[in-house]
Amino acid sequence: MANLNSDFIGIKSPNPFWLASAPPTDKQYNVERAFEAGWGGVVWKTLGEAGPPIVNVNGPRYGAVWSADRRLIGLNNIELITDRDLEINLKEMKAVKENWPDRALVASLMVPCEEEPWKRILERVLETGCDGVELNFGCPHGMSERGMGAAVGQVPDYIQMVVEWCKQHSDLPVITKLTPNITDVRYPARAAHVGGTDAVSLINTVSSIVSIDLDNMAPNPTIDGKGSHGGYCGPAVKPIALNMVAEIARDPQTAGLPISGIGGITTWRDAAEFIALGCGNVQVCTAAMTYGFKIVEEMISGLSEWMDQKGYASIEDFRGLAAPNVTDWQYLNLNYVTKAKIDQDLCIKCGRCHIACEDTSHQAITNVVDGVRKFEVIDEECVGCNLCVNVCPVEDCITMEQMTTGSDPRTKQPINPEYANWTTHPKNPMAVEPAE
Amino acid sequence: MADIKSGRLSAEQLAKNFEDIHAPMDTHEALVEADRCYFCYDAPCMTACPTGIDIPMFIRQISTGNPMGSAETILKSNILGGMCARVCPTETLCEQVCVRETAEGKPVKIGLLQRYATDYLIDKADAHPFDRAPSTGKRIAVVGAGPAGLSCAHRLAMYGHNVTIFEAKEKAGGLNEFGIAAYKATNDFATREVDFVLDIGGIELKNGQTLGKDISLENLSSDYDAVFIGIGLPGVNDLGIQGDDAHGCTDAVEYIARLRQTDDLSKMEVGRNVVVIGGGMTAIDIATQIKLLGAENVTIAYRRGTESMNASTYEQEVAQTNGVSIRHWLKPYSLSIADGAVSEITLEYTSVENGKLAGTGETTILKADQVFKAIGQSPVSVILENAGIDLDRGRIVVNENRKTSHAKIWAGGDCVAGGEDLTVVSVEDGKLAAEDIHRALSA
Repeated sequence: MANLNSDFIGIKSPNPFWLASAPPTDKQYNVERAFEAGWGGVVWKTLGEAGPPIVNVNGPRYGAVWSADRRLIGLNNIELITDRDLEINLKEMKAVKENWPDRALVASLMVPCEEEPWKRILERVLETGCDGVELNFGCPHGMSERGMGAAVGQVPDYIQMVVEWCKQHSDLPVITKLTPNITDVRYPARAAHVGGTDAVSLINTVSSIVSIDLDNMAPNPTIDGKGSHGGYCGPAVKPIALNMVAEIARDPQTAGLPISGIGGITTWRDAAEFIALGCGNVQVCTAAMTYGFKIVEEMISGLSEWMDQKGYASIEDFRGLAAPNVTDWQYLNLNYVTKAKIDQDLCIKCGRCHIACEDTSHQAITNVVDGVRKFEVIDEECVGCNLCVNVCPVEDCITMEQMTTGSDPRTKQPINPEYANWTTHPKNPMAVEPAE
Repeated sequence: MADIKSGRLSAEQLAKNFEDIHAPMDTHEALVEADRCYFCYDAPCMTACPTGIDIPMFIRQISTGNPMGSAETILKSNILGGMCARVCPTETLCEQVCVRETAEGKPVKIGLLQRYATDYLIDKADAHPFDRAPSTGKRIAVVGAGPAGLSCAHRLAMYGHNVTIFEAKEKAGGLNEFGIAAYKATNDFATREVDFVLDIGGIELKNGQTLGKDISLENLSSDYDAVFIGIGLPGVNDLGIQGDDAHGCTDAVEYIARLRQTDDLSKMEVGRNVVVIGGGMTAIDIATQIKLLGAENVTIAYRRGTESMNASTYEQEVAQTNGVSIRHWLKPYSLSIADGAVSEITLEYTSVENGKLAGTGETTILKADQVFKAIGQSPVSVILENAGIDLDRGRIVVNENRKTSHAKIWAGGDCVAGGEDLTVVSVEDGKLAAEDIHRALSA
């Protein structure tokens, strides 16, 4: 049985599955239910300054995008940081940590971009016995208009400054949570790194409007005829998150910086993918909000079964193994030739591969062979693009097969076993001469 | 003494027994089911539909919250798409070839989705979905207001022609109105659908006009620019044994027509022990319905094996689930008559020898207060022959455009040779004939 114990920047938890700072972690009741269900840790819903608590809207605060069968694939929210009194939150956090000493408890913080408020809040959270702090530089709505959240996360200098304050005024490990609502995530990550952060976590939610209510002619969720942008999360944002994680993982300036992966993680497989890119642990929110806390059982069992099958004894055994294989397009091997292959026994003859290829790609899949409905790849036309694999409703029915010998029937060029990329390609006007 | 009486079941029980055989889908069910469709290219379901409905498109329209557009997609190809959604043997047509049948053995429920969309339009549309072209001044006579005639008339009216439908019965609809099992077309759907079809305008319906009696093909073909015959199979085959006309020995088609028209099912006469002779849809429909009316023992006797039955396996299962016993390799031998009424039927075992069906000489006796004849309907050939129309075993010979050998006469539905005697095929016949008539009259 694989060991799922996690040690992320010195914060220990029985597994790498944490609940992200969000509605599910807003109070003791929810958090203790999560721990009972098996979650390894929580990042408490973001705390603000002492004083009058935050006010949320009283109308709907979530919107969604669904796939077939109304499966929720994207969720958007306009909820603010905790709207409960700071003192109550601190008291409950302390109680939870005492009740669940083996679980990770991290305080998420968002206060105005001045040294004093940060110093004050850091002193207060220390009382709870929490394991670390996460700086919320991510929220794209509500707080950012007040100069907090994403408003800070979009300015690398501010990130560095706040991280420096936190490291100066507290001994707690600092995780800097990054917003995806920027052009190049490496800049805020580098700033956090320079400021001395112990880790970054990403992604926070993506600025979004999920849909327009065509009766009211207003964005969803609609509050008295109006809507504002919210933060998008759930399975739909996972590809964005994976890319941003990979960007940071392979940036020489942030190499080795611990990462807590966030963004659409729904199953053990999603979690394994983030860890394979280098994340030390993962944080989950939307999946729990969709299905409840019990999903962590599947995550624990799935990850552990897979690790056993692969012979990975601990998280560290496979962490980051995929990161070196993320490269830039120009370094991809242009001599690698694949052709689609359709397994006729698995084919249910829906014809979607044909029409996708015929209408929108390379006219490389038949629909009739010898007068009979049949879908076969025409190797002379197939560029190996993978579209047919992606649109086929049957798993493994269409596969991409590498050609290792002979000639490519499309280009008539012999298969070259040597690696060669665009930088040396004869058609590249900027090509460099290959070394002797 | 024959045990036949009415009111064997309570009104509540009868109402329950004759509810929709398949409850219509509500919006949630329809959306969930529509999401299962893969939107296949050149979809097998579409090819399997005799009327060529663009099934992937209408299902996609349901899934995107456009049931009105969905219904228009259906009705564009099949104006009786509402009834076909209820009576089509989808298990041998569209749903049999659905790729999800191939993949998982569970086809998309195309028939029920079609019903969802067409019901939506017929219940909710403010106006008929199709516009009539400006009047052409051409006049066409349609004989028979069944599925073929209605389909033909609608398409011709859409092209701007003026259509007169001559119908022998007092009500239009043909087998949809008089023949389909009651639990397949509840809430007077057949009548409502006829109203919907006629709503396009340009169609005059004349009831009580029997071919050969009130009207003749000679007159119609000289008075009108074109004639379409969709008269179905008005005759009924006899058992060919003595006592065929005794009390209790009943024509299934006639009984079903009365059952469909009654407003009080408890008035239908029902035997305690019932034997149905036949192996087609009529046999299944009468057996199931008489059972649902309260008959105690209902047996279908069919002279060949199950594989030869015209009723689909699914339809046989419907009968069996309702408690009907289906027995094969038995043919009627003789009837026992007491006081002018049937009391028993003697059936002879059969077998196929040298490719020919023959009695084995062994017999069995079943108690029978009622014997229903459901051994097929027959054409009325004399009138057609006299009009100079080529026939094949009494049925009208037509070309691929449903044109007969007569220069001005087209035909479709059960009365033509080579068809499958399905509602949906009749609709297609009427549509193809209308297209050809339109071409001929526009030339």
